[in-house]
Amino acid sequence: MYRYDEFDDRFVRERVASFRSQVERRLSGALTEDEFKPLRLQNGLYLQLHAYMLRVAIPYGTLNSPQMLQLAMIAERWDKGYGHFTTRQNIQFNWPKLQDVPAILEALADVGMHAIQTSGNCIRNVTADHFAGAAADEIEDPRPTAEILRQWSSGHPEFAFLPRKFKIAVTGSPNDRAVTKAHDIGLRMVRNAAGEPGYEVIVGGGLGRTPMIGKVIREFLPKADLLAYLESVLRVYNLYGRRDNKYKARIKILVHESKLETIRAEVEAEFERLMAEEAGPTRALSAAEVARIEAYFAPPAFDDLPDSDAGLEAALAADQDFRAWVKTNIVAHRQSGYRIVTVSIKPIGKAPGDASADQMRALADIAERYSLGELRVSHEQNIVLPHVRAADLPEVFACLQKADLATANIGLITDIIACPGMDYCALATARSIPVAQDIANHFNSPALAAEIGKLQIKISGCINACGHHHVGHIGILGLEKGGIESYQITLGGDATETTAIGERAGPGFAYDEVVPAVRRLVDAYLALRTDANETFLQTYRRLGAAPFKAALYPADIGGSGSGAGGGWPKAKAGPSLSASAQVQQAAHSQYVFYHF
Amino acid sequence: MPIVTDSGFVFADETDALLSLDAMLSGGGDPAGGLEIANDTDPRDLVPHFEAVGLIAVTFPNFADGRGFSLARRLRALGYKGRLRAKGHVISDQYPMARACGFDEVEIDETLAARQPEQHWLAVATRSGHALQARA
Repeated sequence: MYRYDEFDDRFVRERVASFRSQVERRLSGALTEDEFKPLRLQNGLYLQLHAYMLRVAIPYGTLNSPQMLQLAMIAERWDKGYGHFTTRQNIQFNWPKLQDVPAILEALADVGMHAIQTSGNCIRNVTADHFAGAAADEIEDPRPTAEILRQWSSGHPEFAFLPRKFKIAVTGSPNDRAVTKAHDIGLRMVRNAAGEPGYEVIVGGGLGRTPMIGKVIREFLPKADLLAYLESVLRVYNLYGRRDNKYKARIKILVHESKLETIRAEVEAEFERLMAEEAGPTRALSAAEVARIEAYFAPPAFDDLPDSDAGLEAALAADQDFRAWVKTNIVAHRQSGYRIVTVSIKPIGKAPGDASADQMRALADIAERYSLGELRVSHEQNIVLPHVRAADLPEVFACLQKADLATANIGLITDIIACPGMDYCALATARSIPVAQDIANHFNSPALAAEIGKLQIKISGCINACGHHHVGHIGILGLEKGGIESYQITLGGDATETTAIGERAGPGFAYDEVVPAVRRLVDAYLALRTDANETFLQTYRRLGAAPFKAALYPADIGGSGSGAGGGWPKAKAGPSLSASAQVQQAAHSQYVFYHF
Repeated sequence: MPIVTDSGFVFADETDALLSLDAMLSGGGDPAGGLEIANDTDPRDLVPHFEAVGLIAVTFPNFADGRGFSLARRLRALGYKGRLRAKGHVISDQYPMARACGFDEVEIDETLAARQPEQHWLAVATRSGHALQARA
């Protein structure tokens, strides 16, 4: 992975020094509060509901064991002993004191990390496929591109005061795990007819209050032209993006209102001018520079191994819990004899994405011993061990169990994305973490979750959609109506290469009606699916919204304007029937699980 | 009005003589003394006048409005080689950005100069606005 050289180190140290100076000048009055705010935000420091929040960049979600150890140290020394991994592949500390922040930034710089541009109206931390360099389906590793973009965008003098924030995501696989169509710019690594590597450039995607799927602005961009082209897009956006209304200021609105063709023509004209410049700050990327960055991401020293392992097979046969974990949390690796492990940071009933300092240390240690020292943060708020030998899986599982990190629920109904919501966030209009906890508690039976299969629930506590509810198979949006929380449910969203924005199902639900509503959706799905291989999303696409809406708003249990579900029986935790018995019952009754 | 340069504040008397774009395009004055343009000006309109203009000042109505930075880059990309000034609400932390985007200097008002005195600007004048790109 990438290692800072002297330029990177000097840059982040200068940023720490300038932030110290900015804090001093704010206190002296040289900077007004209005002037200080964007400077503070561009160094990752938010003022939240109860305290400051520091958002630390984890570029494209990649970090090594020493960096994870440092995050644990920071959590313990300057916070309340935990951190929160976010949907932007970052980590947030929720309780730092303002006067400690420069020291925290120094501690980050010591391990080649920073909090630069994790907030503010600038180019944010670049995200990428969390399986990069390990995925079996990968065409090309997106990390060198993401690192080039990190270096280009960090402290870019022209783009620090954009109309609004700007997010870039990169994927090198046909299976899009980076949600590239829901970013201001999405880059898909492709090859043209001649076999040359380049990018499909997608622009104007985004979630928030006006969700839009990104549009292809350039079918094929040669690799060397990447920075000049992106600089052109950013310049057109900086000059023409709306500044009269912050809710209409993202590039998606510019593309929508001005039409893609107009923006494309402007960008191409700007791109031509840039490429014609004799010595502008942006030149074509030199092959030498690309090679220098790519060298950092050369494949690690994998052992030459057979793909299967006798010890692993024996453990799978002997241990049911291990078998369940392998089934959900492990995917294929490009290298024979290796697997990608996703560690769930969604233990049932806990805040999604929260990890204690002890857990961070355990993860650092496990990565050091079993994953070539590497970890990833996924946008689903889980931690990935990208390079684990198949033979080591039983030991890794045992270590994770000790750290309370062995939940076998990746991709299942309890692997919920949730924003911090009303518990932390100043923008939130409703709670989201407690909703996620209630749903996870309700579906806490591993057999039940396995029976339901792949189902993504995503929860946002306000219209800004940090919990990505628009692209959840079931999306939940917490709003506030007359001082009371009201939760809107959307159906059929999709965060993959077949991106779709979920459809709003109908009137909102009160806080305590959300779990029964989700339950009715799940029961409807189980009754409607052709067989256990048809996922929730597939069933939804086959049948459309109608049967699910009917399940959400059954006429016989209310369904007035404020939603349905009052008086719905509370399901007991932990079904006693076997999974197969559940399947049989599910085939007969939509509400079968309430019998437990 | 103080003008901030790499070597500190300069107090010039030319600042009242800047011509508006409309005045110049309607032939109402000699742009040799300088031209002042809003940050939403289309720089392509200025290309025929580049040789005649002695100075272009781009106004910054608010420091958080970054259009001026891109306008400066566009003016340079279109071939403007003359003096380029950022004028208005530009804070000292933005000085390296302004320089990196092609501005030669910044003009601020007396109130801002009192709040952010010369040493604040000199402290950042030599800093690279974009150290990571300096490598390339």
